[in-house]
Amino acid sequence: MTPETITRWTRKDLLGIAELSPAEINLVLDTAESFSEIADRPIKKVPTLRGKTVLNLFFEASTRTRSSFEIAEKRLSADNINFSSSGSALEKGETLIDTALNLQAMAPDLVVIRHGAPGVPQMLAARIDAGVINAGDGAHEHPTQALLDAFTIRRHKKKIAGLRVAIIGDIEHSRVVRSNIHLLQKLGASVVVGGPRTLMPAEMEKMGVDVAYTLQDAVRDADVVMMLRVQLERQGRMAFPSVREYFQLFGLTTARLKGAKDDVIVMHPGPMNRGVEIASEVADGPISVILEQVAHGVSVRMAILYLLSGVSSEEA
Amino acid sequence: MTTLLIQGGRVVDPSQDLDGKNDILIEDGAIAKIDGKIASKAKGMQVIDANGLVVTPGLIDMHVHLREPGQEYKETVRTGTMAASAGGFTAVACMANTVPVNDSRSITEHILLEARRAGFARVYPIGAVTKGLEGQELTEMGELVRAGAVAVSDDGKPVMNAEVMRRALMYARHFGIPVIQHAEDLNLSAKGVMHEGEWSTRLGLAGIPGSAEDVMVARDLLLTEDTGGKYHVAHLSTARSLDLVRWGRSRGLNVTCEVTPHHLLLTDEEVARMKFNTCCKMKPPLRSEKDRDHLVQGLADGSIDCIASDHAPHHPDEKAVEFNAAPFGILGLETTLSLCLDRLVHPGILTLSRLVELLSTGPARILNLPVGTLKVGSPADLSLFHLDDEITILASQFRSKSRNTPFDGWTLKGRPVTTIVGGREVVLP
Amino acid sequence: MAKNLTPKNTILDAKQMARIIRRMAGEIVERNKTADELLLVGIRTRGVPLAEKLATEIERMEGHKIPVGMLDITLYRDDLSTIAAQPLVKATHLPRSIDGCVVVLCDDVLYTGRTVRAALDELVDFGRPRAVRLAVLVDRGHRELPIQADFVGKTVPTSQDEVIEVTFEATDGTEHVRILERKPKQ
Repeated sequence: MTPETITRWTRKDLLGIAELSPAEINLVLDTAESFSEIADRPIKKVPTLRGKTVLNLFFEASTRTRSSFEIAEKRLSADNINFSSSGSALEKGETLIDTALNLQAMAPDLVVIRHGAPGVPQMLAARIDAGVINAGDGAHEHPTQALLDAFTIRRHKKKIAGLRVAIIGDIEHSRVVRSNIHLLQKLGASVVVGGPRTLMPAEMEKMGVDVAYTLQDAVRDADVVMMLRVQLERQGRMAFPSVREYFQLFGLTTARLKGAKDDVIVMHPGPMNRGVEIASEVADGPISVILEQVAHGVSVRMAILYLLSGVSSEEA
Repeated sequence: MTTLLIQGGRVVDPSQDLDGKNDILIEDGAIAKIDGKIASKAKGMQVIDANGLVVTPGLIDMHVHLREPGQEYKETVRTGTMAASAGGFTAVACMANTVPVNDSRSITEHILLEARRAGFARVYPIGAVTKGLEGQELTEMGELVRAGAVAVSDDGKPVMNAEVMRRALMYARHFGIPVIQHAEDLNLSAKGVMHEGEWSTRLGLAGIPGSAEDVMVARDLLLTEDTGGKYHVAHLSTARSLDLVRWGRSRGLNVTCEVTPHHLLLTDEEVARMKFNTCCKMKPPLRSEKDRDHLVQGLADGSIDCIASDHAPHHPDEKAVEFNAAPFGILGLETTLSLCLDRLVHPGILTLSRLVELLSTGPARILNLPVGTLKVGSPADLSLFHLDDEITILASQFRSKSRNTPFDGWTLKGRPVTTIVGGREVVLP
Repeated sequence: MAKNLTPKNTILDAKQMARIIRRMAGEIVERNKTADELLLVGIRTRGVPLAEKLATEIERMEGHKIPVGMLDITLYRDDLSTIAAQPLVKATHLPRSIDGCVVVLCDDVLYTGRTVRAALDELVDFGRPRAVRLAVLVDRGHRELPIQADFVGKTVPTSQDEVIEVTFEATDGTEHVRILERKPKQ
């Protein structure tokens, strides 16, 4: 644990990692430690958020993140309600502002939102009293993912400061990479991003990271290798001519991990494209912690829900 | 004969190298005399006390969207010209991307009629380059000019097809009008919503690279050279575009360019600083600090011919959505003068005379207008403003129908006082 | 020490505490026919050193180790929605299943009884003990719920503006029980 610690969470919302202090990040991680034990109990439930209502507002399809939040909410005894974009007023052209006003009228305690456009959680948070948790806004941030990634790394490496973390794949469209860069840097790790030039955003080095255009350069001396899902075709443009080419150049195999540290761990936010960004031998092998990440996702989200539920809107 | 005397103002007229305390006598809507002291004895003479004020040839905003016909919920000719007058402008040139597009004389005439009826400012319509802004068939530029158009532009969109652009430059020569290009290669800009750079990367927003503009300016300059046409770059936003314009000029091309106040004062970082506020979203987007700085240099050294606001009203409901979905464009008429005085003149980047050149003499020259000067015999269009008085921008009180400005709440030194069009002081309701 | 609390008098010093804990350990052993299914569970924070000391004494008497667990009752508190911000949650750790055990909950001070209620609710989520008993070092009265201790170190009548301060070597570096007084607002 870094010397800087706090014992209170005071933000109404969790919108991103960029604005958090290292102390706030550590508070979430330490709290999540306590919550991870609940998964081993016979009754995996505590009454902490009993009587509280959490709205899950998912404008983008998601099985993994949404069910992770749902489990976390239920384990805290909260009532949860799921809105997905299909079939709701949202599809009928209701604007976000109107959605926010309607939500406000229903007075939920917390809202978890995922949307394809950056800045939407901010828009919502400014207009409703309930705490807003960003479950992913376009390519901007995915704070709960970065937190569960950090939790997982900490479990294996005992600390984050001084580690070298490689994040490889479609950097341009990844919210996971942005949130992770902020978090890892705040806790003292160094980050290298790797991927094809056609999927590397402009001036990436200005985020304080090393930029690599080959897999070998990216994994060299890495303590942690994080693979990102690659979607080759977006809106009719192919960033890469074929899956075969991508795997040839950037697919992670055991052999290609040779330059990394001996005790390297491999992570992936999921869902995986086996044979595209990662070979099954690695995904299912002993150094992969991918399934653990999923388990930790519940603990971390429970911690976040717990911490945010204590902040009233007057205080925030 | 109607007479009007403007007394005691600091008269700044770059077209005559004038900057000093002077009285101006206006007779029957034209400048009759400028002198150190003019007696105010004649019967029926209206006198305006301009002591403590700056008096200049009427300011002209040569890039404005009045949204009429077709989008009157955003702005009309009436409200737009009111906004112009409130902002210290006596004339605006309005773009053709209305609904329907201004590609015919009847639309041009409608706009002029509405402007005359409202009576707040002169309107010089800019006709479309291509029919329906489709980028294929040239409009009847002759008809448009006869109806009152002063230039052609497909602004809102670029003329993508090089062959069409070349033909447009050639054809426009018959009428002596400039072809104004909204320089944007649509394949490069694609789904971008802000400048491609560090900030689009941090925010996860799709970026519009500077090359989307540069590539087209380069192409158009070569075509201008081939055709001998008159080419004007609308809302120039990148350092490289400015360098390209300088190159074109050095080769003797008839090229001019305009820059907006927001590109001179804000950068792409503003999107992050204002937390995805859609009042930071326009095309071309706010660029990097390097670009901004280069443009400011270009103002002072004469490379840039004029400042034009690209006043683009949008209804508040349209802008109150997520950044990706909001329409591009911000207002400019009611903020331009104060911003320029506070941020360019007061810090000494521009002299007052140079600013007047950029806001009046320059646009008049580019569009070949009989205004923009106080030479004796010219139409009496004048702007009067206070150089040092402070003003706080309050979007809620704008004359414009819309409110989309990132400058709301800014306190600036320098404010418009009144305008005179054709010898008559404009009174806003 | 929190602001405006001044020490009034020391009820127990370290030696007296040790004696009392020894006596309590004896009572616990006496009450239980067998020590086999005994489990001491300390309620965080200062119930834990109490539980550990009791376990040590019982081991001395009976010759075998008694398992000790710790319970963090934060998530079961009934006042979470009214207090300022969420308190820090620490770990709960039970070394064995509590089914069929005699669980002796240990806490330093018994006051309103709400902490014990929360602990009971939490225990029940872990299984079904044969019995739950309560051992406290100090009972200061002012119960708000019908809860009573089975093993009491010392009964100390107090008023509402007094605070009982219990310290242990393991958690605070000293060992004593003191009464502190809230200073009246100036």
